[in-house]
Amino acid sequence: MGDAIVNVSAWIEGLLLGTGLSEPWVSFIMTVISAFVIAFIPVVIVIFLVWGYRKASARMQGRLGPNSSGTWAGPGGIVQTFADAIKMLTKEDIRPAGVDVIPYNIAPILIFFIALVVWAVIPFGPGTVIGVDLNIGIFYIMAFSSAALFGVLMAGWSSNNKYATVSAFRSVALLISYEIPQLLSVLVVVMVAGSMSMQDIVGAQRSVMYLIALPLPAVIFLIASLAEVNARPFELLEAESELVAGYQTEYSGMKFGMYYLAEFINSVAVGAIFSTLFLGGWQGPFVDAAPILGTVWIFAKITLMTMLWMFIQITLPRLRIDQILNFNWKFLVPLALANLCVISIVNKLINAQASDWTRAGILLLTNIAIALVAWTLVALGGRQKRRQYEAELEVVA
Amino acid sequence: MTQQILFFVFGAIVLGAGVAVVTVRNIFHAALWLLLAFFGVAGLYVLLEAPFFAAVQLFVYMGAIGVLIIFAVMLTQGIMKEKQLPFNEQWWMAGLMAVLLLAVMVYVIRQLPAVTPQALQWDSIDLLGMAFVHPQGFVLPFELASVLLVAALLGAVTIARER
Repeated sequence: MGDAIVNVSAWIEGLLLGTGLSEPWVSFIMTVISAFVIAFIPVVIVIFLVWGYRKASARMQGRLGPNSSGTWAGPGGIVQTFADAIKMLTKEDIRPAGVDVIPYNIAPILIFFIALVVWAVIPFGPGTVIGVDLNIGIFYIMAFSSAALFGVLMAGWSSNNKYATVSAFRSVALLISYEIPQLLSVLVVVMVAGSMSMQDIVGAQRSVMYLIALPLPAVIFLIASLAEVNARPFELLEAESELVAGYQTEYSGMKFGMYYLAEFINSVAVGAIFSTLFLGGWQGPFVDAAPILGTVWIFAKITLMTMLWMFIQITLPRLRIDQILNFNWKFLVPLALANLCVISIVNKLINAQASDWTRAGILLLTNIAIALVAWTLVALGGRQKRRQYEAELEVVA
Repeated sequence: MTQQILFFVFGAIVLGAGVAVVTVRNIFHAALWLLLAFFGVAGLYVLLEAPFFAAVQLFVYMGAIGVLIIFAVMLTQGIMKEKQLPFNEQWWMAGLMAVLLLAVMVYVIRQLPAVTPQALQWDSIDLLGMAFVHPQGFVLPFELASVLLVAALLGAVTIARER
């Protein structure tokens, strides 16, 4: 019972070598195969996730959700997504008058490409056969996801539609500002783990996961990531009541489908990145005895995070843009900065020989202290503002 | 062999996109071409086996500077109007400066010792990090750059603040 992925890939490699191909060709074919697998994992997940999402949101809102698609529904309407996909693929590709053709067509490809590229460095098991273990793993993810902004900008701009352009402007305000607390909290993890490689970060959480040692960066990262993937409390780019459908208003057919898929893939990717950074990735009970369990654990964690994302996305209302930006710049960024400064000092002060649990405990206490200070400051500020407001009311009365 | 082909591909992307930046008449397209040029440079860094620099190139140039440029372009007045010539009466001055810059860069690059593959065996991120904070390294320019950035940040806040 070895690592499943390693075994399968060794088996295919042996098969290829058995046909008499030379060594470099075999490694080339293996690379192509693993690239395909990586590209297919998120797409396959998403096909079922779309169904699951629609079912979950329907149940939370007291509806039934998809339950019949034409003649045959399948159990619980599970073939609905396939029907939708076929419909989308056969739809006419409408190009509105006055669009800027090349950016208009590149934008969905770019967004979809970046959504898939992120998956290359996520470790699905103890051995890294699928994908790569870059020594800059998490930085690679951050760099590519910052480039995703251009897809939105190009789509919004080239559509020749004022709502799409407003959405593109909002994307700059929202995505760039939430990138800062996200990065600052990732930086804390990188500092404590001592590496940017995803496998090393997973390895550093061998005895205690970072959710326990660093709860504050975990929460900041989750909030900022939800904003980055445009989930509901931060859903400014496609606020239906204000912007029709945001930057993708003018897209139809499979181009719209690519945006739709990319959004779901990104949301699952956030779950995968969060699981790797804070939940210990493929680490879990009995992994040493049976490495195949590592793949099970990481997918279980991704599922858990995806369900959390669904729950937040379905149940929360949308905030106003000034509330969202104020929350980021006046609360999340200072908190993340203070957290980074304090943790970097505390982490250096801890004896290098200290056990993982001691280190985690000290970091946890530091986190709680920072959270308490932040809470007190916010409460005091709020009280002061309320007093001011009441004083003003008295003057009016 | 593959590396050389890739080098020529990325080099063609950088040069072609660079030429397009200064010749395209639509300023938004020029900004997009500039982004493509940045991306090509990131590809060259990957070929040099410097993935960290490639990621920094993507992150800083595409993620930050590119967005700034596009944002500035989008807020420019009259961008939707008729396409204008990309030249004005100062073109000869700009050309002169470009030639001078090229001469200086060629001179500086020729002074550098040739890099052999053996020289690149060290772990570049660790060395880079040490060089930034080591007293014998670049700690002074690094800190000066930080001070400059903070000053720019404060200036932006001062300008944008409501009075």
